[in-house]
Amino acid sequence: MSSTPFVAIFTVFVLAVFVGYYVVWGVTPALHTPLMAVTNALSSIVIVGAMLQTVTIDGSMFTPTSLLGAFAVFLASINIFGGFAVTERMLAMFKPKAKKAPVLENNAKETGGDA
Amino acid sequence: MNDLSMLIAANADWFYLVGAILFVLTLRGLSSPKTAIRGNRFGMAAMAIAVVTTFFLAEGPVLWLIIGAMILGALVGMWKAKTVAMTQMPETVALMHSFVGLAAVAIALATVLHTEQQHGAVARVELFIGCFIGAITFSASVFAFGKLAAKSWAKTLVGSWVKPVQALLFIAMIGFGGVYFVTDSLPAFYAMAVIAVIFGWMWIAPIGGGDMPVVVSLLNSFSGWAAAGIGFTLGNSMLIIAGSLVGSSGAILSYIMCKAMNRSLLNVLFGGMGTSAVTAGGDEGVPKNYKAGSAEDAGFLMANASNVVIVPGYGMAQGRAQNAVKELYELLKEEGVNVRFAIHPVAGRMPGHMNVLLAEADVPYDDILEMDEINSDFASTDVVLVIGANDVVNPSAKDDPTSPIFGMPILEVSKAQTVMVIKRSMSTGYAGLDNSLFYMDKTMMIFGDAKKMVEEMVRSVNGGGH
Repeated sequence: MSSTPFVAIFTVFVLAVFVGYYVVWGVTPALHTPLMAVTNALSSIVIVGAMLQTVTIDGSMFTPTSLLGAFAVFLASINIFGGFAVTERMLAMFKPKAKKAPVLENNAKETGGDA
Repeated sequence: MNDLSMLIAANADWFYLVGAILFVLTLRGLSSPKTAIRGNRFGMAAMAIAVVTTFFLAEGPVLWLIIGAMILGALVGMWKAKTVAMTQMPETVALMHSFVGLAAVAIALATVLHTEQQHGAVARVELFIGCFIGAITFSASVFAFGKLAAKSWAKTLVGSWVKPVQALLFIAMIGFGGVYFVTDSLPAFYAMAVIAVIFGWMWIAPIGGGDMPVVVSLLNSFSGWAAAGIGFTLGNSMLIIAGSLVGSSGAILSYIMCKAMNRSLLNVLFGGMGTSAVTAGGDEGVPKNYKAGSAEDAGFLMANASNVVIVPGYGMAQGRAQNAVKELYELLKEEGVNVRFAIHPVAGRMPGHMNVLLAEADVPYDDILEMDEINSDFASTDVVLVIGANDVVNPSAKDDPTSPIFGMPILEVSKAQTVMVIKRSMSTGYAGLDNSLFYMDKTMMIFGDAKKMVEEMVRSVNGGGH
């Protein structure tokens, strides 16, 4: 690479902020809650950092670093699986209602649980 | 390592690029309910690519530690996602933000404690920023969670001492960060992290519940910037891209919420409603006249109208009345009434909260309109039914220049022929303001629990029709 790594990575950052800005304005207001849930799952991409930090040091598997890393993996996993699943659940409710039984059945079950 | 895993490890950046593109498409998909599910699947695919690729980079026996942690987290996450009620969505999202924040702190600490690594000047700044954003996100989100779930420990802080203490904590946090930067001292790093946690709490604790939609959006943004910060530390573009998308998204949502309340972000975060509005509620103390009516009358009126608009607010969420509302909607439709819903951007406790509740109850989204879409229709509306909303329909925001919410865009329900308001009592709403709408000649107050009242209306419409 000809440029310094920091400039390169900072370029990616600035461009990503612009892309984010334009894409998010396209999100319909009705889907703002699912947007928050899904971005919550996306921010759990920190799991990549957590995994890379969970390393064996001096031949030892259980070091403060690896344990903290594993703890971060655990937390991020909650959000990844929980975030996508709960978004899926919400979005299923926004489906066009003209469809037949399965959707209705599904909904009846969920609303029953909440009431 | 076999050939395949070496190939993947060597080309990890290409896989991360695919993941990053899919992340952009995820948000793009949310532009319409029709493509949203596909968008969410893109997100899942992107995350899967990211995780699997990283597996090939991280090697050795610790992989099992990672897998164990992941399975445990997956179980907790799936269980929570399946069981959470839609009415509890705001606090659930807030709680999940806290996990990202805490994870960022753990990663920063793990990096700092990595004895085989040297941390140069840039890395130290990144670690410091990543850690304190994560720590603030963590404690602030825990508080927001408590506030939204109405836990007793999430008390709103009031007093003149709050701001100086906030400032002091902030300075101390930056100061210890500086010490860490110069001396590479671990205790300074710990001190900075601890102070950041306390600061996060103290920062959000004075903000009232009515402003929580803004706070939750802002913390959403923070959790993204924390992820981007980790990306800088690792030199990983995908983390930076995903983090920036989330960061922008939360920032835009905060902006939308603020604009919908005609306030600035600074005003929300550093004083505003909570303190100043207490005095504004008094209004001379002259008792004013209002009309109270029964749910039966309301049902009769609506069944005989040709245009009805329903305005849901937090009261509907609190009373879990969305299914009863759906039933009312259907019955009225059967009677030939044109029924629609009007949603104010800050109704509820998080952006889009009302839309989710109505979608849960199976109300077709074509009949759910945003403020801008429906405001011009109120003049030709016979009956407006306001369910547990207050400030978002307060005409003072338009007519009374002395009102603290003057200038806030509202749903102009007072232009309709008749307004009916379901409310528990005449007490003021979240902004602590009296509402002149309630005292108008055309307004009928229906006192009681949202669900019960709507159910009675349903019975009334049902009975009247046969």
